[in-house]
Amino acid sequence: MLITFNVNNESRTIDVFPMARLLDVLREELHLTGTKEGCGEGECGACTVVLDGRIVNSCLVPVAQVNGSDITTIEGVAHQDQLHAVQQAFIDHGGAQCGICTPGMVLAAVDLLNRNPQPSEADIRNGLAGNLCRCTGYMKIFESVVRAYQK
Amino acid sequence: MTDHPIGKPVPRKEGRKKVTGQALYVDDLSFPDMLHGATVRSPVARGKITNISFNGDIPWDELVIVTAADIPGANYVALILNDQPYLADGFVNHPEEPVLLLAHKDKYLVEEAHRNVRIEIEELPAVFSLEDSLAKKQIIWGEDNVFKKFLVDKGNVDDAWASADLIIEGEYETGAQEQLYIENNGAIAIANPAAGVTVWGSMQCPYYVHKALVKLFGLPDEKIRIIQTETGGGFGGKEEYPSLIAGHAALLAWKSGKPVKIIYDRAEDMVATTKRHPSRTRHKTAVTKDGKLLAAEIDFVIDGGAYCTLSPVVLSRGTIHAAGPYVCPNIRIHSRAVATNVPPHGAFRGFGAPQSIFALERHMDKVAHAVGLTPEEFRRRNFIHEGETTATSQLIRERVDMDHLLTRALQLSDYHEKRERFARENGANNGGFSKKRGIGFATFMHGAGFTGSGEVYLQSVVSAEATAEGKVQILAASTEIGQGTNTIFSQIASEALGLDFESIEIVQPDTGRVPNSGPTVASRTSMVVGKLVESAVLGLKQTLVGSGLLPPEYNDADFTKACAEYIAKFGSLKTSATYQPPPNVHWDDEKYQGDAYGAYAWAVYVAEVSFDELTYEARVEDFVALQEVGRVLNPVLAAGQIEGGVAQAIGFTLFENVVWKDGRMANNQMTNYIIPTPADIPPIRVFFEENPYAYGPGGAKGIGELPMDGAAPAILNAIENATGVSFNQIPLMPERLMTAFLT
Repeated sequence: MLITFNVNNESRTIDVFPMARLLDVLREELHLTGTKEGCGEGECGACTVVLDGRIVNSCLVPVAQVNGSDITTIEGVAHQDQLHAVQQAFIDHGGAQCGICTPGMVLAAVDLLNRNPQPSEADIRNGLAGNLCRCTGYMKIFESVVRAYQK
Repeated sequence: MTDHPIGKPVPRKEGRKKVTGQALYVDDLSFPDMLHGATVRSPVARGKITNISFNGDIPWDELVIVTAADIPGANYVALILNDQPYLADGFVNHPEEPVLLLAHKDKYLVEEAHRNVRIEIEELPAVFSLEDSLAKKQIIWGEDNVFKKFLVDKGNVDDAWASADLIIEGEYETGAQEQLYIENNGAIAIANPAAGVTVWGSMQCPYYVHKALVKLFGLPDEKIRIIQTETGGGFGGKEEYPSLIAGHAALLAWKSGKPVKIIYDRAEDMVATTKRHPSRTRHKTAVTKDGKLLAAEIDFVIDGGAYCTLSPVVLSRGTIHAAGPYVCPNIRIHSRAVATNVPPHGAFRGFGAPQSIFALERHMDKVAHAVGLTPEEFRRRNFIHEGETTATSQLIRERVDMDHLLTRALQLSDYHEKRERFARENGANNGGFSKKRGIGFATFMHGAGFTGSGEVYLQSVVSAEATAEGKVQILAASTEIGQGTNTIFSQIASEALGLDFESIEIVQPDTGRVPNSGPTVASRTSMVVGKLVESAVLGLKQTLVGSGLLPPEYNDADFTKACAEYIAKFGSLKTSATYQPPPNVHWDDEKYQGDAYGAYAWAVYVAEVSFDELTYEARVEDFVALQEVGRVLNPVLAAGQIEGGVAQAIGFTLFENVVWKDGRMANNQMTNYIIPTPADIPPIRVFFEENPYAYGPGGAKGIGELPMDGAAPAILNAIENATGVSFNQIPLMPERLMTAFLT
């Protein structure tokens, strides 16, 4: 089945099995490997992407569902060499350790700040609750989000 | 010139690649003609393989199939006892044991084929608990089911009981825990008789994999090359297990002549790979009526699973930490690692110490209550000090001030005020209010580096090589797995040479290029390997200064010029440093006495909890982690280690319950094996005391495992404070709390 969608502001058309997971299509067909698989069942958030302005777990999205949609992956968050404030804050304040949850966590944090530019601590906890990290204990991730919006 | 990076929050070296999605993990790599491999595993715990059949509408002749008969070298994972086969050969000893391997270029076909292999097994009785193993219900390993035992004997315990005012006994249990790195295990191999074997993979210890594959293929060292790819968390779960998956990928590559990738999905990773050893500890303690420890007898048992793997070393660390930071003249610790028919348990942050420290720190509260002292006062009467000796008779030669750590941690957590207030509020009849609160703590230590003579046997090496452009490359097998190796090594080298941080480059761990700096385990990377980094780069400087090309006082430009001239003249500039033990370190492996570790980190952790009498949920509301870790090399990375470790330990205590069914993990999904989410974690407030360690780089000691040790007992001590009920088993799930309060 031919599917057309925008990925990081670029129109792509691919011939693909309609029930293929969006995660696999991004990684294997489009070679956008920044989107990670952690659990394959929508629990960990490592595969988070932005689909028409909402964050989704791309492991749970059949690609047929994204025909005509706009998708942003981690590769589309920075503008050329200019990192997004969230990305810079994750580097400066220890928000990333092993890095495997980081693409999803950054996208969830950017999405949170888009919806709520000055989130409370509870807002941050709830906003990121769909993304699991095993390295940081989350403290430095929360701090990175706060520093990002303070900029 | 440098602005002295040690002690500063220098940003993570590979941070930019990680936040932009450019960092390449093993599943992000691909090779032309690559096949996808899968592992067909035992459906039962123990028995004889009677038949293997290949069924269904599958083009079997297109699949690469590897069994034990295809192994070119020895069919065991070379580690300690070499008892674990790569592929079961006629007999299985645990559920999910690898039996045969499949590969095909179409990974969906491999999955389909996997479902159509039928392994028939004549089942034999199996053992699933350490109690049944100790009772020899079945002999399933060796003569007595015991992989390893230790005896630590100090003073004379038997003579001490008679003079005791009180003897207090207790029994404590900890469960299995999944490491749950977010990146699953994976490897890619290229292998053929002409070129040898090359493996790329997610791992902590490239030279462990190297050693194992040399035996598996019967090839010389130089024909095996292991390359670590960006690794998405390890926590011990990628210490020994990658030897297995790397070998499997390599066997398929060897037979097919094509690159083969094996990536586990979460379900396979959780059901088949190692977990923290479950444990049971019995304490019998003699004290005087004024609360001085007279004697302690400790029986520590861990469940090793079906094969030995690293259990002897896990047992060793658990044994040495079992008596804690206290002085007791008479101590006997008897410990055993036993076999059961479950997948082998393995390395997990803390490595036996969280288990034995959980038991000890629960027991210390119990003894305090029995003597009529507060947990605080009882510990203060027994803390170890400089000049006193540990359970292994190690003389403490550094300043240790547990009293001060305790005072400060209790202040930081408002312990005394809360203790009083909670007692008042919990006791009040406050109508519909259904939450009780409590606060508790644990005091403990954690030894850094390998146990006893381990570091001497390892003889770790680090090299440093200068380039003509004035860059300094660090060559070490120590891996970046999120904890900050790249950044810490760069800070140490930059500080030692007085060069800009950006002048330091970390070479990707590749056994074809880097020397063996030992495994990335045991809180040793900063303290032990970091010291070798410092020595190696100082060797570069000495060579340049000695050659007359570099003045003793120099800047970055002088250094670059000197490197270029030296390399033009002599071809290359490379120096190496080999581990030298600190003076006065002696260890007796036979008696298990002596200097168990070069250095210890010391800590006091305080947990505040709430307990909901309606839902039976216990929740950590506040957490203070205070530790003395030598000098802090990078405050952001160091705090990140502590916060992450405490969160993992909160999971170990209250969330993470491995449900076993006939030796198999039944809840091998993130949906029903629950780790803490951003919504579950209390504020984790981290504080350091700095007391530079003379033999660590910049004064640093190890910290990676420490934060795993103290949270569990602190939380259960707090729950006892809240509820008045003593719980001695973790994970402490709401179901168990409910049962205790309903009966």
